[in-house]
Amino acid sequence: MDPFVLKTLNEERRARRAAVLVTDLGDGRDRIVREGDHVAGELGAAIASAFRTGNSRSVEAEGRTFFLNAHLPRPRLVVIGAVHISQALAPMARIAGYPVEIIDPRTAFATPERFPDVALHAEWPEDVLKRAPLDSYTALAAVTHDPKIDDFALKAALDARCFYVGALGSRKTHAKRVERLLALGSGADQIARIHAPIGLDIGAASPAEIAVAVLAQTIHAFRSRGLEASASAQTSEPILEKHDA
Amino acid sequence: MDESIYLDEARDPLIIAEGWMKDGKDVAIATVVETWGSAPRPVGSHLVIDAEGNFHGSVSGGCVEGAVVTEAIDVIGSGKARMLEFGVADETAWQVGLSCGGRIKVYVERLG
Repeated sequence: MDPFVLKTLNEERRARRAAVLVTDLGDGRDRIVREGDHVAGELGAAIASAFRTGNSRSVEAEGRTFFLNAHLPRPRLVVIGAVHISQALAPMARIAGYPVEIIDPRTAFATPERFPDVALHAEWPEDVLKRAPLDSYTALAAVTHDPKIDDFALKAALDARCFYVGALGSRKTHAKRVERLLALGSGADQIARIHAPIGLDIGAASPAEIAVAVLAQTIHAFRSRGLEASASAQTSEPILEKHDA
Repeated sequence: MDESIYLDEARDPLIIAEGWMKDGKDVAIATVVETWGSAPRPVGSHLVIDAEGNFHGSVSGGCVEGAVVTEAIDVIGSGKARMLEFGVADETAWQVGLSCGGRIKVYVERLG
């Protein structure tokens, strides 16, 4: 392995950015491919698949054998709101492999008794996200219903290109939210990424069922990362929200 | 279950390999590049080895690490990468293998 390649790879991993290490098993030459780098042909397709699935494997391409080692940051879920939905969402998401952090400045809600075994911050999102910024391997679900708490976090999630952004509230509530986010400086195309009403449309009624819908939508967003961009490159059609439920 | 979203700097093999390199040590990196059947460590797992035989990480559940370390010290000496293959342990022979019944392929290369 090239020492500079190792150094670069570790820098990317420390910064929670995805990278695929491509090694030619014939001559041992290696290089780093970052998410979004263009690689042509069969090898490029295999690399794109490695980014999406996180699976490492050997591939035959251009008459050579390459080993693709996918280094994906661990995805995580940040929930704004220590509410009933979050109480169900936190353990389910953790089991599914998405560690959860919950942020809610309302100390009556954000108590360790209500949220055992969860990273819980009884602080404003502004303060927590300054210390631990959002990134493209973070999902954000805003479920407080309170613009004072949700809005800053939603704008931060859009700016950080979180792989999933969801917000609780009816269409009417969301329409008002869109106005506020526009006023805060978010672009209309950014705002269109917000899943609202939140969750896959499974007819969820109880808080726990809504948590299932949110988790399912988060997983879908994670596993289809990059697919929308490649589809739009082929068709140049506007991208429709798949889950405008 | 490891739930940290950040690297465990004290145990991460590739971070340790970089540290060894900065200390001026000769280092080899072993990587699981293929598995068949039940294999204890997934494809992409690393074992890193220095010229004295110190190692971190794993490519199996401890079954073949000893053999990989020996080969890695040769690779550090020659600079030539090797592909190792391990299958089911043959209990009638003194040979390393995987008792779990799987097979793995491990690529061993020198750093630099």
